[in-house]
Amino acid sequence: MLHTFVAYVEDRPGVLTRVASLFRRLNINIHSLTVGHSERNSLSRMTVVCDASAEAGHRIRASLFKLENVVDVDDIAGAPSVTRELALIKVAATKHTRSAIFELVEVFRARIVDLTAESLMIEMTGVESKIEGLIQVLNESDSRILEICRSGKMTMRRGHHTSGVLRAMGADPGEKPLPDDEFAGAAEESAAIESE
Amino acid sequence: MGTDATAQAAHEHLTTPTRLTGAEIVWATLVGEGVTDVFGYPGGAILPVYDALRKFPIRHTLVRHEQGAAHMADGYARASGKVGVAIATSGPGATNLVTGIATAMLDSIPLVCITGNVSSKVLGTDAFQEVDITGITLPVTKHNFLIFRTEDIAPAIRSAFQIARSGRPGPVLVDITKDAQQGTAIFDFAAAKPRPYRPHPMLRVEESGLAQAAELIRHSKRPIILAGHGVTESEAMEQLRTLAERAQIPVALTLLGLGGFPASHPLNLGMMGMHGESWVNHAIQESDLLIACGMRFDDRVTGTLATYAPKAKKIHIEVDPAEINKNVKVDVALVGDLRAVLEELLPRIPGRDGSAWIKTIEASKGAVAVHDIKNLPDSGHLWAAHVVHDLWRITAGNAIVVTDVGQHQMWEAQYFHHEHPRTLITSGGLGTMGFALPAAIGAKFACPEKEVWVIAGDGGFQMTSAELSTIAQEKIKINIAIINNGYLGMVRQWQQFFYERNYEATPLVSPDFVKLADAHGIRGRAVRTRAEVADAVNEARSAPGAFLLNFLVEKEDSVYPMIPVGSALHEMIRRPDNDPLLESADDK
Ligand SMILES: Cc1ncc(C[n+]2csc(CCOP(=O)(O)OP(=O)(O)O)c2C)c(N)n1
Ligand SMILES: [Mg+2]
Repeated sequence: MLHTFVAYVEDRPGVLTRVASLFRRLNINIHSLTVGHSERNSLSRMTVVCDASAEAGHRIRASLFKLENVVDVDDIAGAPSVTRELALIKVAATKHTRSAIFELVEVFRARIVDLTAESLMIEMTGVESKIEGLIQVLNESDSRILEICRSGKMTMRRGHHTSGVLRAMGADPGEKPLPDDEFAGAAEESAAIESE
Repeated sequence: MGTDATAQAAHEHLTTPTRLTGAEIVWATLVGEGVTDVFGYPGGAILPVYDALRKFPIRHTLVRHEQGAAHMADGYARASGKVGVAIATSGPGATNLVTGIATAMLDSIPLVCITGNVSSKVLGTDAFQEVDITGITLPVTKHNFLIFRTEDIAPAIRSAFQIARSGRPGPVLVDITKDAQQGTAIFDFAAAKPRPYRPHPMLRVEESGLAQAAELIRHSKRPIILAGHGVTESEAMEQLRTLAERAQIPVALTLLGLGGFPASHPLNLGMMGMHGESWVNHAIQESDLLIACGMRFDDRVTGTLATYAPKAKKIHIEVDPAEINKNVKVDVALVGDLRAVLEELLPRIPGRDGSAWIKTIEASKGAVAVHDIKNLPDSGHLWAAHVVHDLWRITAGNAIVVTDVGQHQMWEAQYFHHEHPRTLITSGGLGTMGFALPAAIGAKFACPEKEVWVIAGDGGFQMTSAELSTIAQEKIKINIAIINNGYLGMVRQWQQFFYERNYEATPLVSPDFVKLADAHGIRGRAVRTRAEVADAVNEARSAPGAFLLNFLVEKEDSVYPMIPVGSALHEMIRRPDNDPLLESADDK
């Protein structure tokens, strides 16, 4: 099954290798991995999606915590959360074939961000299935996809959830920490929202 | 090693911030961390550090191969409970450490390894003797640092010590570029102190878990405590003993657990697992409750998992959350420091009558103990078991024994009875041949007043025998017993059992070990019969300097019982009634 972990890690050289190396060592394939700055100066935020057995979640999270540069790890599991992916898709299109693509883009609530005589570039954010939907429709139309660039998933829990990080950094979060499985059982609700 | 005056100067650095070179900061920080001994080997990229050594009250032991430095630091740590320190140069010096670092990693031994690297300006250019040692050691260290600024040296080394000894201990490597060693910075030991150690956030000892554990223990008819290395690491010997005695629960030990519970204790069953005694493994298979204390259900201990202790509920007390449910699914997990958890658990454990179960186990020993090889009449054969048994008898068990890896290691575990923790030093997790001699040197530095014995095979001994020179140079007293069977014995045993006696690449020609010792100015003696064993051991013990005994034992003896890989714990290969072995030890 797919697991999603959100990790806060120190923003310094080599940290990504340590995280990636852990998955390699456990022989777990990383489905997608995104990293970027977080709301805290010295911390990066990662979303790691990987394919592993249902029981593996505990061990992966525990092992991530054993890395000295990892400050916090959240196993999203079925918790209510928002997941998005960004895709840039370059499609071959001329003056004559553009309009059909414009229509598709409209339907998918995507955007055209670049236009040349022979091609155009579509930007789209959304859940994975939506992006895959657009790609499929493009493939089924007469248009030829030239390039696809996908960011991988980014995930954020709904509601207030930074208390764990604040605690890990030694600050007083000023609110009750959330137990790990507060949202267990809320998976269906989450799924419903995801597939809006 | 410096004089008293240098010691005083070094201590002043610790209280008054002073401008020092990076090289001086390395030593000053080590002094501040309480280090008195380091093991290392110099080279270009670490020369500034060596140049500064004379100003500091630290004893440096020159090894003969950097693997030896890591094993010595490891043996030092295992014998003392302190952090061991190894030093090497860049490139080949650093890569030579790797086997020793991995050995420490697999057995959770606190080490700090310091390596020099090329100057930061040429880092990443394949400069002479440059190697990406932080990359190489990433999976075999708890953490590592690449330091290229002088001011970062003290904080990195201080963090390294904290990480090495905290939680589940392990090795940490600090790689320092040459220019960082040569530059200067204000050394402020107090300011370099790391933030308080963050315990693993998933440690969890809940009220409900403790209650559940107590309840399981109360209702169990056939409980067994499985005690591992964690008992020694968390110094939980007293608590373990109290639990066992109060609830009358027999204790089985892992290889690294030996010594954590006294061998002579009536509740001690002995070692479990691949070469554990039959009654121990049978008892585990029959048990209705396993209480695992600081052990990780290694494959050498469980046999095939599908049939492991099928009737037992399992309580796992363990400091590393990543070990919970890794190999064996448990019913209650108490994730925390073993001693602390046992202290919380003990008030909930009432006295209990365990006599029926203990009697059952006793009965299952049957005639096994009587037929044991050590009880056989002297028939002129010299069995390794005799040697180890006599060594134990003569030293009254009052020695630190450092073993290598192979059959002799298992015979040591079976026939040398350890009463106290840190008296058996052995590479369990990685099973590193060549470990014994250097690790024993480290142990002797840690405990100079203790009697230290190496028990090594003819194969493994040769992997690091160059360290005999280190013994000679440092003039230390270690006794060495080579169990010389002319084979890579443990591999030969596997070939005998599982590869139709195809002894490919296991017969082994060795030098005359007594002459080899002699070449190093170390005395020695060959032993061919059981009658000579006691006298030889006594001669070695009373000799003022190091002494080597070359025991020419039966060549094709095997370690029994044995659980073949992939078999259940109770499916053991037993010593044949009519051991076909007729051969006697060869004179070489
Ligand atoms: C560095 C290393 N290489 C290979 C092995 C595999 N191995 C395990 S035991 C053994 C034989 C050891 O022979 P010896 O040192 O003579 O000890 P014996 O088993 O004969 O007592 C070998 C080769 C190992 N454990 N370590
Ligand atoms: Mg041998």
